[in-house]
Amino acid sequence: MAEPMNAAPTLEVRNLQTHFFTRGGVVKAVNDVSFSIARGKVLGLVGESGSGKTVTGFSIMKLVDPPGRIVGGSILFQGRDLATLSEEEMRHLRGNRIAMIFQDPMMTLNPVLRIDTQMIETVQAHEKVSDEDARARARDALGMVGIPSPDERLKSYPHQFSGGMRQRVAIAIALLHRPDLIVADEPTTALDVTIQGQILAEVQKLCATTGTAMLWITHDLSVVAGLADDIAVMYAGRVVEYGDVGEVLDKPLHPYTHGLIGSVPSRNKRGVPLRQIPGMTPSLLNLPEGCSFRARCPRAAEDCIVMPTLHPWLPDRLARCHHPHLEEVATA
Amino acid sequence: MSVYLLRRLIQAGGVVLAMSIIVFIGVFAIGDPVEILISPDADQMERERAVAALGLDKPLWHQYLIFLGKAAQGDLGRSFVFNEPALELILQRMPATLELAFAATFGAILIGLPLGLYAGLRPNSVGSKAIMAGSILGFSLPTFWVGLMLIMVFAVQLGWLPSTGRGDTVEVLGTRWSFLTWNGLQHLAMPALNLALFKISLVIRLTRAGVRETMLMDYVKFARAKGLSPFRVTFVHVFKNILIPVVTVTGLEFGSTIAFSVVTESIFAWPGMGKLIIDSINVLDRPVIVAYLMIVVLMFITINLIVDLMYSVLDPRVRLESK
Repeated sequence: MAEPMNAAPTLEVRNLQTHFFTRGGVVKAVNDVSFSIARGKVLGLVGESGSGKTVTGFSIMKLVDPPGRIVGGSILFQGRDLATLSEEEMRHLRGNRIAMIFQDPMMTLNPVLRIDTQMIETVQAHEKVSDEDARARARDALGMVGIPSPDERLKSYPHQFSGGMRQRVAIAIALLHRPDLIVADEPTTALDVTIQGQILAEVQKLCATTGTAMLWITHDLSVVAGLADDIAVMYAGRVVEYGDVGEVLDKPLHPYTHGLIGSVPSRNKRGVPLRQIPGMTPSLLNLPEGCSFRARCPRAAEDCIVMPTLHPWLPDRLARCHHPHLEEVATA
Repeated sequence: MSVYLLRRLIQAGGVVLAMSIIVFIGVFAIGDPVEILISPDADQMERERAVAALGLDKPLWHQYLIFLGKAAQGDLGRSFVFNEPALELILQRMPATLELAFAATFGAILIGLPLGLYAGLRPNSVGSKAIMAGSILGFSLPTFWVGLMLIMVFAVQLGWLPSTGRGDTVEVLGTRWSFLTWNGLQHLAMPALNLALFKISLVIRLTRAGVRETMLMDYVKFARAKGLSPFRVTFVHVFKNILIPVVTVTGLEFGSTIAFSVVTESIFAWPGMGKLIIDSINVLDRPVIVAYLMIVVLMFITINLIVDLMYSVLDPRVRLESK
């Protein structure tokens, strides 16, 4: 599909800040995050637990629960800033133009409602269609994600499905209105690798054919390597590295990305102790001055006391670091 | 399903049998009705004749076997006082108690559910804090005191509502009901409210806790992520889930409402079973006490069964099949 080069991206997040105002203080869960996703592209948002990836996803949906609040930045979806929309305007976009898939398939479907109820209500929330037409749409969507005999399965309750099947149902619900953007929050983390593979392949196919942009939130680098076009690495509420997925994984610039890739067990040699990043992620309640990764970084120097900016060290390669791994890029 | 029902019925039979033994021994231990029933001036001969007529001369196990044999034929004995079959005596008064208990239960749901829902959805608002404070009062104020206060305020001071009795009744299906006439409703209002007060508080707290717990569930967030209206999220996705505990508890509470309507019936002179049992205990009318307790046991068993059946309707994960 040839897209005009100057076409506006489906989603452009600029300097997003989402903070939680707790009794213990302000938790800066998302602190200056920027990225963009073009039509039909997949952006992998990677980071450790607590790095703010999920909150970023919920911020785009505007489903951050109090005491959390979007305090700054803009979320441009097809040119409209979601941050300024009213709840009612936002509701018309949710599930319709922007869909979300959750992490735990065992928890996302309502246990006391049948699958058909949960799918038909989604269709009818955004379009005036008859029950039969909505049911037909639901059945087609189930077929599309590879659920056998969708007509019978529509009458089932969630507990009659396995985890993988439930996630397929959740994906089918997300696809009902052929959204322009899907926010997928670790949708395959809870699944077997074989099911994960099938679902990834289907998602990839759908993005390519329907032009849906996708934000794929995960901590699994191998999933990102196979699925995403671009990658954004988050650490302590900030994007620390951003660029093409192949280039970033091959030659990471940021020491954190470097450590993250090094920590993947399959990359380590047998018999040699597994590599790891020492220390823990800092408390978001009380971030250290300067670079948040400073305390764990092997390349930290005195100038790291000043927070680095997301700097374009290479063409289309951004990294938030004073001492990126440029020498490895040069030698490669 | 039928296997399940059969098993439940057999279990129910066992419970009734065990209960009858406990009740029989318990009533025997309370005291000797002869002292109350027979005038102190009666001589030894008259005394013995009366004791034999009542069947109280036989040993306890023999009395029990006679009782059991007659109970199997639907005869729970004759009241010492009224000289009428105890069962009939109780059944005559049952509609009044059932009416009161139903009115109280429906009132509790009609008032408790909306208030609990509000308190759960807006936990920090002034209104919901007032509701929760009120529910503590509902829990802790004793029924008899609230009943007396209601009479003081609404019957004595304001004169809005009558203080005692059932008022005008209409006969439907062979029994008399108060709630079908305006006058009867006026009579029903205060005792029903008095009996409902504790249950309103219970329903409020259950609903609020259920709403607060359910609102945090992923499936509620997912329902919002689907773009459903807040109304549908609350009244379909949240509501159906909180109904499960609410139905269970109000169902089970219904049994205790009947059993413990004693206090309310006494205060408002409501001619139901509760008033009968209090009077019977005062004169040690053993057959009536035993029959009353047996009926209450049967009622509890039936209610439990109905609650279990409703559970399977509300929660599809519960399957009533024999394993």
